[in-house]
Amino acid sequence: MPSALTIRDLKKTYAGGHQALKGVSLDVAEGDFFALLGPNGAGKTTLIGIITSLVNKSGGTVEVFGHDIDRELSDAKACLGLVPQEFNFNMFEPVIEVVANQAGYYGITRDEALVRAEQYLKHLDLWDKRRMMSRNLSGGMKRRLMIARALVHRPRLLILDEPTAGVDIEIRRSMWAYLREINAAGTTIILTTHYLEEAESLCRNIAIIDEGELIENTSTRQLLNTLSKETFILDLAEPLAELPALERHRLVALDESTLEVDIDRDESINSLFSELSSHGIQVSSMRNKTNRLEELFMNLVENSQAGDGA
Amino acid sequence: MNTRSKLIALQTISAREVRRFARIWVQTVLPPVVTTALYFVIFGNLIGPRIGQMNGFDYMEFIIPGLIMMAVITNSYANVVSSFYGSKFQRHIEEMLISPVPNYIILLGYVSGGVARGLIVGVAVMAVSLAFNPLNIHSIPVMLSMILLTSILFSLAGLINGVYANSFDDISIIPTFVLTPLTYLGGIFYSISMLPDFWQNASLANPILYMVNAFRYGFLGISDISLWTSYAISIGFIITLYVFSLHLLRIGYGIRS
Repeated sequence: MPSALTIRDLKKTYAGGHQALKGVSLDVAEGDFFALLGPNGAGKTTLIGIITSLVNKSGGTVEVFGHDIDRELSDAKACLGLVPQEFNFNMFEPVIEVVANQAGYYGITRDEALVRAEQYLKHLDLWDKRRMMSRNLSGGMKRRLMIARALVHRPRLLILDEPTAGVDIEIRRSMWAYLREINAAGTTIILTTHYLEEAESLCRNIAIIDEGELIENTSTRQLLNTLSKETFILDLAEPLAELPALERHRLVALDESTLEVDIDRDESINSLFSELSSHGIQVSSMRNKTNRLEELFMNLVENSQAGDGA
Repeated sequence: MNTRSKLIALQTISAREVRRFARIWVQTVLPPVVTTALYFVIFGNLIGPRIGQMNGFDYMEFIIPGLIMMAVITNSYANVVSSFYGSKFQRHIEEMLISPVPNYIILLGYVSGGVARGLIVGVAVMAVSLAFNPLNIHSIPVMLSMILLTSILFSLAGLINGVYANSFDDISIIPTFVLTPLTYLGGIFYSISMLPDFWQNASLANPILYMVNAFRYGFLGISDISLWTSYAISIGFIITLYVFSLHLLRIGYGIRS
């Protein structure tokens, strides 16, 4: 599969001396739905800034569909669409102008720009608001406006930096459906998010970055397979007077009707229920304590930071 | 990006800039017209007859070209500095920075907005002046070329101010403390031949003097300065400011990390 994005030994040191990226190398295949994860301040936004030329790099190379940003910046930019983390459109322009102007910057004629603006604003349920000043949109609408704007020149690589932050679950799910649709139509997508269920649900490959370094880069499936244990919350049918000591599992009481327990990945969950039944404990419901990817993410980041501290 | 795409991008930025000041015309076009009308009433109608003639013309006739030029200078500058700083402040300049549009097209787009506002205000002020004095044009080519060069020059200056500005205070400091004094001392209200030798020579360091005098030549056929010197100074400043502005955009001063 040809590469949509090739990054080699990318470094960024800011004027104050802060080293935001310490030699990151990364490949994103064409057509991929790729998650770029990391805690706040890990270097994700700097990385995206360099790819989109909003941040000047200190070293390394970046190629977008084979176009080196040092030598063929214009060609590289033509392939890219960006939905940034912060709202960055003109708040005093009508919605349709925000989208149509963006098309114009890519050399798309006004007539064609208006046709495309209509298409994307309709897709993102903003057509009714097209004449409204963009500052008057709700937070979720502003996020969707930025997606419409990023798509209007039909980029081959779409980068979304926390596109669903602060968006309610209904709109978030409709945005996921739309992103799946455009990815299926051939657009490569790179997504950063703090909602790890979003990454798990949407992305085929995942890279985790922490303190300017890549600490994981693999497929979502492979990453989830490395999870050695899962933590479950058990809601009991009746309150417990005393916490029993099980032979093979360690129970933690969160309150008199709720227990927490770790189960190894290669272990059958039936053995836990057998032990609980033998102590007369009835479970009414159970759920994962955290999203599986979230658990892995925390392990990886903690290990990375412990390694740095050692 | 091919030439046609670049032209479309330029047209997009220019149209956006014109729509911006047209949408808020009560703040952008009307105030300079009202202010200049007051100048015509007070300096031209009330005080002017007591001053008498200036270089062979009624005082009102003498100050009209300078007042038009003052409106063009301040509005070309103000349009670009506020629009560029606004796009930095709201970060929507990033829309252009991530696109393939070259820096010189971005620059020309902003300048075209400043020129458009400068010329519209200039024409409006000229129309108001007709209520006080009949239009007297000596050379249309000189008048048009000088008003165009001046609006380009001060649009570029406004862009540089916008690039360096880090707050809304920064976009008013230069107009208040540099541009306004230079404009008032640029021969709008008087001929430098009235000044003592020292101040005559000091006035020659003021670039606005050259533009006001050349523009006045276009109306009245008189100037304290050689016409060709005025053109050379104006074009020289435009080239210098254009190259410097382009350099600032290329290195991303204040707009790229």
